[in-house]
Amino acid sequence: MTRKQKKLVAGISICSLMAGIYPAANAMHIMEGYLPVTFCIAWGVLCLPFLTAGFIKIRRTLAETPRTMTLLAMSGAFIFVISSLKIPSVTGSCSHMTGTGFGAILFGPCVVSVLGIIILVFQAVLLAHGGLTTLGANTFSMAVAGPFVTYGIYKLCQKCKINHGICVFLAASLGDLFTYCVTSVQLALAYPSETGGSAASTVKFLGIFAPTQIPLAIIEGLLTTAIIVCLESFAKSELNLIGYKKEA
Amino acid sequence: METKNKKLVLSLIIAAILIAVIPLFALKDAEFGGSDDAGSVMVKEIHGDYIPWFNPVLETLIDGELPGEVESLIFCVQTGIGVGILAFCFGRMYERNKLSKEDEAL
Repeated sequence: MTRKQKKLVAGISICSLMAGIYPAANAMHIMEGYLPVTFCIAWGVLCLPFLTAGFIKIRRTLAETPRTMTLLAMSGAFIFVISSLKIPSVTGSCSHMTGTGFGAILFGPCVVSVLGIIILVFQAVLLAHGGLTTLGANTFSMAVAGPFVTYGIYKLCQKCKINHGICVFLAASLGDLFTYCVTSVQLALAYPSETGGSAASTVKFLGIFAPTQIPLAIIEGLLTTAIIVCLESFAKSELNLIGYKKEA
Repeated sequence: METKNKKLVLSLIIAAILIAVIPLFALKDAEFGGSDDAGSVMVKEIHGDYIPWFNPVLETLIDGELPGEVESLIFCVQTGIGVGILAFCFGRMYERNKLSKEDEAL
């Protein structure tokens, strides 16, 4: 082996070791059977318009510019990877990221709703992580609310002429954080505290999820920025096709 | 890819890995359980003993909880699918850029 090859092998070993260290624990979605039926249906119905809009947009984009299929697949794949990595956090518990920011920045929030629900179904059916009854609520927090915040912050930062990398970082990490805020509110609405009602519950649930999620939100921001920088150098033509611009 | 961008991507990834790994070493006694479980505990605290009204489909089918090893297998499958697609697409784009540069040079 040449020295370069040796370095490569060493690097790969370290990465695989790190992947092995992560403890396989439950992370964060609303658990199966933990929301009352009315809430399940309500959140599900609330997601429908976004899913429909996303589906229509995907069909139109693919019909007009079939080459953007690559980017669409990559957005989905990014969510698959990122949401499967459970990462230890400063609070001593594990959680995982959403990965939806990347797709939302490229294609807009509705498209991500469709991609996100695929992953949520995968995890609910095969992993007992999240759940089919809570699918609506989880879709709303991870695939609707988060991406919309990401998209909004991204556009806002662009308008303010902030450095593009920082735009992406802020948008992705705040979107991730917001996903977990929405989850807290969803749980709180279903389980209002006896003293103080839903508001008091929200604070309690936020107290669990937010401190764990903050470092992970930063990681998500960093990784999203990394993949966008990579794409900008390798996939200029596809990015142009979907109307992606660095400046507003 | 420009050297500037290469360095940027590399440092971003290193920073991400550091943030993920440091808690493991900093908090040696922590259990690193899921924040899901903390969520269920909080539901109990607010609502008394809550019995979920629906069990995960797979757990009903196999009559019990998914074994930890199998769960990590499925998580790996999920990561694998994602990484596979990402790597394939990036590989294709990388090669395409290289070939078009060679064409220009000729």
